[in-house]
Amino acid sequence: MKHHIVLRIITKIMIPLIVIYALYIQFHGEYSPGGGFQAGVIFSAGFIIFSLIFGLDVAQDAIPPEVARFLAAFGVLLYIGIGLACIALGGQFLEYKVLLANDQAGETLGIIGIELGVGITVAAVALTLFYAFAGREQQ
Amino acid sequence: MALVAIAVVRIRNLFAVIMLTGIYSLLAASLFVMLDAVDVALTEAAVGAGIMIILMLATLALTTSEEKVRITRQNLLALVVVVITGGALIYGTLDMPQVGDPQAPAHIHLAPHFTQRSVEEIGIPNMVTSVLASYRGLDTLGEAVVVLTAAVAVLLVIGSGRARQRKRRWEKPSRRERRS
Repeated sequence: MKHHIVLRIITKIMIPLIVIYALYIQFHGEYSPGGGFQAGVIFSAGFIIFSLIFGLDVAQDAIPPEVARFLAAFGVLLYIGIGLACIALGGQFLEYKVLLANDQAGETLGIIGIELGVGITVAAVALTLFYAFAGREQQ
Repeated sequence: MALVAIAVVRIRNLFAVIMLTGIYSLLAASLFVMLDAVDVALTEAAVGAGIMIILMLATLALTTSEEKVRITRQNLLALVVVVITGGALIYGTLDMPQVGDPQAPAHIHLAPHFTQRSVEEIGIPNMVTSVLASYRGLDTLGEAVVVLTAAVAVLLVIGSGRARQRKRRWEKPSRRERRS
């Protein structure tokens, strides 16, 4: 769809906004609705629009499928790693308040960490699914 | 919403069905907003009306966009089972408390603790996030694992499309070469 100039210009303006909104939902999830799951979905939606307009090749140059698959596993590992870190610091699995001296700060740090893990996983999984379908399509 | 649902069942053009599914999701999201469940509404709008539509359209591109109609004999037993199940479900809703009833079991068991103590225990204002990520952290971990499993299953069933990608790069000059 590269030759549609209107589509191309509009998406060029829209995609940064979509990605910034995804990051806002990710990191503002403690104060407003949202969190890792929604942020991941919105981020990957923005990236999928990019790949629909500019072609799958360009998109896979930016985020190769291998990287997407690695990130999908990495997000879950980050989540589990935070849980194990809590055990290592003398708490229970996912008991965040042992992470820092202050209970509230520890909880907040843990929540931000696991939301990041969920966000990375969801975004990477949505991208992987899209790559899997779109890669077949061009067969 | 009911109209859209009936249309989804009746229409045979799958492209229109996918669009109607997106509209249905958007209507569901507005319903959640009216019920003050903003987090759920955000998820429904992003997943149901966003990603799901794209993935279904991608699937549609692999197959045909017209549903194959198969004329089969009407199965009376199936009708009976469906009616009984539906009746049982409706009977089950009779016991449910009224919407907004402050004495509902969901509101008097753990909810008061979450609404009154979560801000001082967790230190963040959005209590949905604190329930999701802290009190119910293990559930959310399970959710993340489920999402990862979905990706693994799709990769196993239809492949990653990477091998073909490599081959096409051999045939075509890359973007940078073309530009120069």
